[in-house]
Amino acid sequence: MAGAVFTPIAARPAPAATVGALGWVRANLLSSPINALLTLAALYFAWKVIPPSLDWLFFNATISGGTVAECKTAGEDGLIVDAPGACWTFVKVRFLQLMFGLYYSGNLDQVWRPVLMFALFVGLMIPLFVRSFRKKLLLGAFIVFGFPFVAYALVHGEWLGLPVADTDQWGGFMLTFFLASVGIVGALPLGILFALGRRSQMPVIRAFCIFYIEMWRAAPLITVLYMASNLLPLFFPSEVDFDKVARAMIGITLFQSAYTAEAIRGGLQALDRGQFEAADALGFGFWKKSGLVVLPQALKISIPGIVNSFIELFKDTTLVLIIGLFDLLNMAETASRSPEWKGYDLEAYVFTASVFFVFCFGMSKYSQALERKLHTGHAR
Amino acid sequence: MDDSQQQQPAALQPPKIPWRRDPAVRALFFQGALIAALLWAIVTVAGNTARNMEERGIKIGLHFFDDVAPFSIPLDFFPFWSFTLGESLYWEVFVIGVQNTIIISVFGIIGATALGFFVGVLRLSPNWLVAKFAAAYIEAFRNTPLLLQLLFWNFAVFLPLAPPPRQSWTLGESFILNKAGLYLPNPVLTGIGTVIFTVSAVAAIAAIIAMRKWAKKRQEETGKPFPLFFASLAVLIAAAVLALLFAGEQVSFEYAELKGLNYRGGARLPLIAFALWFGLTAYTAAFIAENVRGGIVAVAKGQSEAARSLGLHHGATLKLVVIPQAMRVIIPPTISQFLNLTKNSSLAVAIGYPEVVNVWAGISLNQTGQSLVIMAMTIGVYWVLSLLTSAALNYYNTRVQLRGR
Repeated sequence: MAGAVFTPIAARPAPAATVGALGWVRANLLSSPINALLTLAALYFAWKVIPPSLDWLFFNATISGGTVAECKTAGEDGLIVDAPGACWTFVKVRFLQLMFGLYYSGNLDQVWRPVLMFALFVGLMIPLFVRSFRKKLLLGAFIVFGFPFVAYALVHGEWLGLPVADTDQWGGFMLTFFLASVGIVGALPLGILFALGRRSQMPVIRAFCIFYIEMWRAAPLITVLYMASNLLPLFFPSEVDFDKVARAMIGITLFQSAYTAEAIRGGLQALDRGQFEAADALGFGFWKKSGLVVLPQALKISIPGIVNSFIELFKDTTLVLIIGLFDLLNMAETASRSPEWKGYDLEAYVFTASVFFVFCFGMSKYSQALERKLHTGHAR
Repeated sequence: MDDSQQQQPAALQPPKIPWRRDPAVRALFFQGALIAALLWAIVTVAGNTARNMEERGIKIGLHFFDDVAPFSIPLDFFPFWSFTLGESLYWEVFVIGVQNTIIISVFGIIGATALGFFVGVLRLSPNWLVAKFAAAYIEAFRNTPLLLQLLFWNFAVFLPLAPPPRQSWTLGESFILNKAGLYLPNPVLTGIGTVIFTVSAVAAIAAIIAMRKWAKKRQEETGKPFPLFFASLAVLIAAAVLALLFAGEQVSFEYAELKGLNYRGGARLPLIAFALWFGLTAYTAAFIAENVRGGIVAVAKGQSEAARSLGLHHGATLKLVVIPQAMRVIIPPTISQFLNLTKNSSLAVAIGYPEVVNVWAGISLNQTGQSLVIMAMTIGVYWVLSLLTSAALNYYNTRVQLRGR
């Protein structure tokens, strides 16, 4: 008896219906009768939508050749009709125009300038995502405050003695990129000032900052753009002349500064009172307190908010279409209205939408990841 | 010891602050400087503007309000204030613009709220497939520009795909969609019918309010719940049936009918307005759906577990515990989305819906050159709407939000 040893029986495997693929299907798709019905409805919907979309986008699509004839096919009664799929040939032929605008698609020997500009930008951005790279702050500051001048010099050309591509000849994705970048870069210092001002103890300054921020936030961007293109020339002496792009940039920057200020104010509010009090106790003045203690922490917290407002701005730059600038959307629209490619507006919209989607979705995922990473306990 | 006690106050006496470092003086200085700079900017800008306007030969003023507007406004649909070419004045153009902004915003808000709540709930469905579809919808619509979506719906979907009147898409006889727009039945009340319907509607609402009060009191006293929703529904239906019994002949619905090449009668929403409504709804619903999801997720799991352990069944848990707490989180950002929708309705200028930016800041400004007055009025409209929205938000926050401790 003494030698009897307790040997547990090996656990039986879980029922086949609760593990593996079958278990997953039962838990996630068929957990209740209603759920099963929903699954059926969703499958029917998917079957109705996904295969035709894929057919149109890829399987029946045309991308070869360089003329509209590639996208036509002989119909039943011998007439020439549109091919059943998308005509990506159109996007391919007009690609340079959609990316860099009419000046660069017309002067092919100059295309290297915007290409180099974008390559530099991407090259400068890469180290920011490398964990072991130490001088992120320095590089970031250069991208924000130095690179715009490099980009302008390259694309405009006057400073480098290249053929001049004036701002009103800028277009396509490049213009979208410039409008959004100038908006965010210009809005950052203004936003910091107004966010600090809104929390100031001085009543006049606080009232002014609140008025400024709320004034822009209450107005739709399109009225701001109308204002920039109609009123700005009136406000300055007639010798000062802004072109359309510069006007839009000024309007967008001022508009965006209000949203940046609100994002930064969120960061300032999340900061513990003790930080302000500690800086005061050290005898720091306003600029030292803000620059060395408050802003480094507040900006860090507000980066996701700033990125989110940048995504909104990036999408909203399409509004310059209404005041007649040729950004990516307007360029695509115009191209699809040209006599040769008339009727291919669906392709134009789908292409533009996917460009915006890639950037906005990527940025929003990045901002979410950043939010998780930066959540180091500063927030209350 | 006496010595040190007497000396201490003297030692702790702060050194006298020089006047240029005195916070009060500095505050006065900076605020004075800001006011001076603002005054200077205003005077300079006003001077420049006056000079520039003079050069262009435009006299700033409101005198153009009573001029006849020498253009026609696109779309012949002006429900409350109509436009007549050659008769309507500029101020009427403004009123029509504001009216159309408000109409599209109200319908957009209703549509976006309904769709947004629906998608938001689907997003949290235990059904994997359904949740993924809802997520795909939300991401696709949030991450592409609204203007692009509006152009897409209008120029790539509804304009080319909507059938000509003879092959209209119909849902019974009530909803008819074709190239001219969406037709809905138009209720027609004549004679005493109007009075009877108004009276019955008022009576029904009063009865529901009284019933709510009574039900609340009874529940507080006896703990017995009362099916308020179904009772209210019953009262409304009863009121409608009674009104129909008394005034049945005076009420009719005017349906749109195919006469010749086109539909006549009924209430018509032009196709552009429909496309705009559709686009605004689909776009804003994606944002509201995210708010709804966030709100429901924000309710701690312990809350529903506690409710279940108190013996509340699933429906009561949702209705009495989860949803009231989720609404606290959902409603403030959703009200901001309503304001965003209203502001976004200004993009209608790109597809030709006659709202205030289109007919006032666009057409009227080009015709008169009165950019200062016109822009100020246009932005003023949005300021007023935005102030109303924040007033609503604050009212809601003070009433419903948890009291801070």
